[in-house]
Amino acid sequence: MERPDWIGLLARSRPDHLAALMAELGELPGHVWLRPPETGSVMVRGRAGGTGAPFNLGEVTATRCALRLPDGTEGHAFVQGRDQDHARHAALVDAVMQGDRAAQARASVLEPLARDEATRRETTARKAEATRVEFETMVRGEDT
Amino acid sequence: MYVAAKGGEEAIAAAHDWLGEMRRGPADLPSLSLEQIAAQLSLCVARVMSEGSLYDEELASLAVKQARGDLIEAIFLIRAYRTTLPRLGASAPLDTGRMLCERRISAIFKDIPGGQVLGPTFDYTHRLLDFALAAGDERAAATLAGTAAQHRPRVSDHLGQEGLLRNEPPGPETPPDATRQPMELPADRALRLQTLARADEGFLLGLAYSTQRGYGRTHAFVGELRIGSVEVEIELPELGFSITFAEIVATECETVNQFTGSRTEPAQFTRGYGLVMGRCERKAISMSLVDRALQWRELGEDDTGAPAQDEEFVLMHADNIQATGFLEHIKLPHYVDFQAELELIRRIRATQATGDPTGTAPGGRS
Repeated sequence: MERPDWIGLLARSRPDHLAALMAELGELPGHVWLRPPETGSVMVRGRAGGTGAPFNLGEVTATRCALRLPDGTEGHAFVQGRDQDHARHAALVDAVMQGDRAAQARASVLEPLARDEATRRETTARKAEATRVEFETMVRGEDT
Repeated sequence: MYVAAKGGEEAIAAAHDWLGEMRRGPADLPSLSLEQIAAQLSLCVARVMSEGSLYDEELASLAVKQARGDLIEAIFLIRAYRTTLPRLGASAPLDTGRMLCERRISAIFKDIPGGQVLGPTFDYTHRLLDFALAAGDERAAATLAGTAAQHRPRVSDHLGQEGLLRNEPPGPETPPDATRQPMELPADRALRLQTLARADEGFLLGLAYSTQRGYGRTHAFVGELRIGSVEVEIELPELGFSITFAEIVATECETVNQFTGSRTEPAQFTRGYGLVMGRCERKAISMSLVDRALQWRELGEDDTGAPAQDEEFVLMHADNIQATGFLEHIKLPHYVDFQAELELIRRIRATQATGDPTGTAPGGRS
């Protein structure tokens, strides 16, 4: 998992789930804000016909922030929704992932989040598959 | 002369107090939580997100609760809130072909790759009121298949292989934004699609139905309808890469339309497109029919004068917040305007009674 992947995974995670996993990380170094959390919107674009010219579909709420740890590492976050603690937690994990505690953060935060997302997606796909139509073709008459 | 009148402050405060009490309902009933509204009235919430044009389930649930379930009022609340948000950027165009589908059907090919996936649909229910539900019997467990593919290919790719489906023309990477610039007509397809995506479901439904009944007939079939989660990607310039920061539910409908050719285009199937944030199937289908009707100019078709082909009529009346704002303002005080009308009618009557064309005869007041 590279940096864009984990920033995205943290962004899409459920804020309460991420907060619970943060506790597993133990004591974290203090931080200063490079950019305190700011909530706004992102214009989501689609494409005409799914593949043609882009158009503006509507907006989604998002919160971003950036911080610096005492050792100079910067952590960035750009998360879905308006939860500023979510953004702070995500930026902290991003910073920790670039230092010597990366393996711990990966095992105790990122991997559970990735498993949770994969399970959720697989469950949806399996529920959908159960509603897939199996057609039966009936032939009438005696032509062979 | 302009006369300012003041008053009603206490009446307004009392009206709002009563509104609050009525919204809450009897105090001995439990209050609905936002989580309950998001989970159990999820299609209301989806409509508020789609027409409010802001994807945030918690905000939409709050709006539904505050508006006592009046969805246009809730949409109004979301639109007003949206204007307070700074715009952090624009996403890369969604790749709906990679949607994690919960529903995906085609009315034109029985055996599409990936299959006909019904999803949690109202279709094929008997539309009988469920009194067991009223009595508190809530059976609720989905069936799980053993394994499943997460992505299902687009039906239009399948039809496009034969070259019988009109290709979507390219357009500028930065589309016009109706939330930033006033509408200019004629509007290009991108501006039309944005306007339709945030339009009132009922208005689009009525227009789409009118095309089926013959007012701008387009012979639409649902080539594909899909509902599911789509990833939203944004480039972060400060980091120099893109991230998938969000996942939203969207409904996409592509209609294919019989088209016998025009002065500029060969006989082929043309396409109408609907894409809506949230689970809004009726609206996505309606949108694709209206989108197709509005393409008459690009396709070299005749303008039959049908309402759904009239871009100005469709685009300028599709927004329910604009419409309700103008419609409902006529109930607010117009005492002075009305006084002027009253004077006018009295004067005309006096003129008619006395035959005095100046209207200054006794009885006519000025």
